[in-house]
Amino acid sequence: MSSDKQQISSDIEAYLKEHENKDMLRFLTCGSVDDGKSTLIGRLLYDSKAIFEDQLSAAESESQMYGTTGNKIDMALLVDGLQSEREQGITIDVAYRFFTTEKRKYIIADTPGHEQYTRNMVTGASTADVAIILIDARKGILTQTRRHSYIVNLLGIEHVIIAINKMDLVDFSEAVFNDISKAYSELARELGIQNTYYIPVSALDGDNIVDKSKRTPWFKGKPLLELLDTIDISKEPKEEDLRFPVQYVNRPNLDFRGFCGTIAAGSVKVGDEITVLPSGKATKVKSIINAGDITEQYRNATTNEARAPMAVTLTTEDEVDISRGDMIVHTKNLPRVSNSLKVMLVWMDETPMEPGKTYDIKRATSVVTGNFEHINYKVDVNTYQREQVNKLKLNDIASCKMVLTQPIAADAYRENRLTGSFIVVDRITNNTVGAGMIVGVSRREEDIKKLTAREYTDAERALNQYIRENFPEWECKKI
Amino acid sequence: MITSKRLPHLKQLEAESIHILREVAAEFTNPVMMYSVGKDSSVMLHLALKAFAPAKPPFKFLHVDTLWKFREMIEFRDNRARELGFDLVVHSNSEGIEMNISPFEHGSKVHTDIMKTQALKQALTQGGYDAVIGGARRDEEKSRAKERIFSFRDEHHRWDPKKQRPELWNIYNTAIKKGESVRVFPISNWTELDIWQYIYLEEIPIPSLYFAKEREVVEYEGTKIMVDDDRVPEELKKKAKKEMVRFRTLGCYPLTGAINSTASTLPEIIKEMLLSTSSEREGRLIDKDQIGSMEKKKMEGYF
Repeated sequence: MSSDKQQISSDIEAYLKEHENKDMLRFLTCGSVDDGKSTLIGRLLYDSKAIFEDQLSAAESESQMYGTTGNKIDMALLVDGLQSEREQGITIDVAYRFFTTEKRKYIIADTPGHEQYTRNMVTGASTADVAIILIDARKGILTQTRRHSYIVNLLGIEHVIIAINKMDLVDFSEAVFNDISKAYSELARELGIQNTYYIPVSALDGDNIVDKSKRTPWFKGKPLLELLDTIDISKEPKEEDLRFPVQYVNRPNLDFRGFCGTIAAGSVKVGDEITVLPSGKATKVKSIINAGDITEQYRNATTNEARAPMAVTLTTEDEVDISRGDMIVHTKNLPRVSNSLKVMLVWMDETPMEPGKTYDIKRATSVVTGNFEHINYKVDVNTYQREQVNKLKLNDIASCKMVLTQPIAADAYRENRLTGSFIVVDRITNNTVGAGMIVGVSRREEDIKKLTAREYTDAERALNQYIRENFPEWECKKI
Repeated sequence: MITSKRLPHLKQLEAESIHILREVAAEFTNPVMMYSVGKDSSVMLHLALKAFAPAKPPFKFLHVDTLWKFREMIEFRDNRARELGFDLVVHSNSEGIEMNISPFEHGSKVHTDIMKTQALKQALTQGGYDAVIGGARRDEEKSRAKERIFSFRDEHHRWDPKKQRPELWNIYNTAIKKGESVRVFPISNWTELDIWQYIYLEEIPIPSLYFAKEREVVEYEGTKIMVDDDRVPEELKKKAKKEMVRFRTLGCYPLTGAINSTASTLPEIIKEMLLSTSSEREGRLIDKDQIGSMEKKKMEGYF
């Protein structure tokens, strides 16, 4: 950090240049109050200089009022937010924290570990690239560790850091660290978690947080902050997997009709052949405005190509009917369209979910009504056992069959987090009562017909006939 | 050819904010953007211009004028509205004007309540807005860290921490009943540093009060305030002297602390901020009343 400060003092413009191109990483911390989660976050913020002195002195004065750490500053008080929970000494909601290093800007989703707050953890996990699961070195893997790991995996987080905390209380024992790591790797295998990283830490004293601890000479891995700085979270983008949920139709005058939205996946170029779903109408991209390129002086900036996650405006060659909620995709790579979906559903409301009841389903930018026709099974997040139930209570997680009143273009959540996810809104209270992830799509006959109904020219028909007559081994379909 | 490189963080934040602004424009019938003339408002205005180009932002901009803002802020506000042609609504609490509310006489608490919180409620009720876009950031204060991006308010504009809706992915629940509203915070995930870097990169105009200059200041309730007009009490005015100062936040001049500084360019401001040891809210008298005061104000309807 001090080299950073030197550069800031001596050449601020060079520093700014470097920091223009920082990456951003969102991570989730899972653990209970007792695991020292708030302490870990407080430590990251403090050691990365995200805490200012006035905040620190406020925490100091509060430490005397509510603190639990004797003479040391209670790091947890730097992060525990609302007054009511500060008095109770527990964290009761998702809080977002920020800090930055030379490599990345970080957004931490800080969620509580208590059983009744599965809802909050799911919320925090939904936007995270990486999860840090805290394990108390004295206790090893607990029921809550199994629960946290299940949710992290369910929400599609591919990188999981296991921070084995309170190493100071087990004399920095390598054997303890190895035993817990080994036990966890079996759990990870059981769930199918892709990438795991293990670190022995003491959040209270700062061991292996920023710098390698001298008290764990046997540990060969990176300290936490260095690991976060270097984890590769980029995905190989596939150009053809364009998913563009239309968000807003921009029509300032008769000469301009643009379709605004955020590219959820893939990329798009001027001239690309596109199809609008669910209608199945096809056209070409005429122009692309990348909102990021717009300036006060240059309001008509256009670009030839744009990619996820840019916020753009597309115009089309033909006047086709496109509205909010439609999905624009590449014609040569159509996703499935269906109104009958297999989903994993997390229930988030005090009022139970009843099969057959009508809810509003918001997926990307579209809202359609639908119901959960059938609960296939409910998962016990502690034991991973499946059980049969006829309704879902707060914090229940279940596999369901969802039937919508209109078909949607839908991807599996595993393939696309932004087009494979949805929220469930109660039509009377307007509350967000559930969150879901699409597992699979059952493609219905009529949807297929709709998608493949196109006009062929005489030449194309002749070609089709010629192939069928002369190359029967190709098994070419009649058009 | 598309590279596999990820977008830099400011471009990711920018895209996220634009997504939020478009969601508001698409889902609400009468949205409004709060425009408080400060640096965060300047960034929001800039983002709104980007989101809807080549069209103008499809909503009004509301400034709650406490009548104790720095004079330069008002000038700047009116110039921007004229240059960019956006639809500006200015509201002041007429009851407060009649009572001659002054932060010097009535204190920051009463002044803020009547001229800011009550004025805001009046303006929102009069305007009948169903979505109010604000520039609050989660890094500003601890109770803000838990704020949703779409924050639900009942028909009395009140915020109830227990009634906030879970917010997942980038899917926002915009459903409300008549009379209810949401406060929307598109720059929730930006930090003070992000804001400054973005202003620098995008060359966004901001009031010159942010830059160091020789100004007439005086010690008042533990901070240094600027003598911006004749309403500063005589005994304070007598003690005023010229100093090189600037402001990290802009608000009512009697409630906004100046800091001694020589930073007169954006890189110098950013440098000073990075090397500073105090947070930007330290200069604001409003937060110091009591621990958790922001949380109380939010429940009452302050942003």
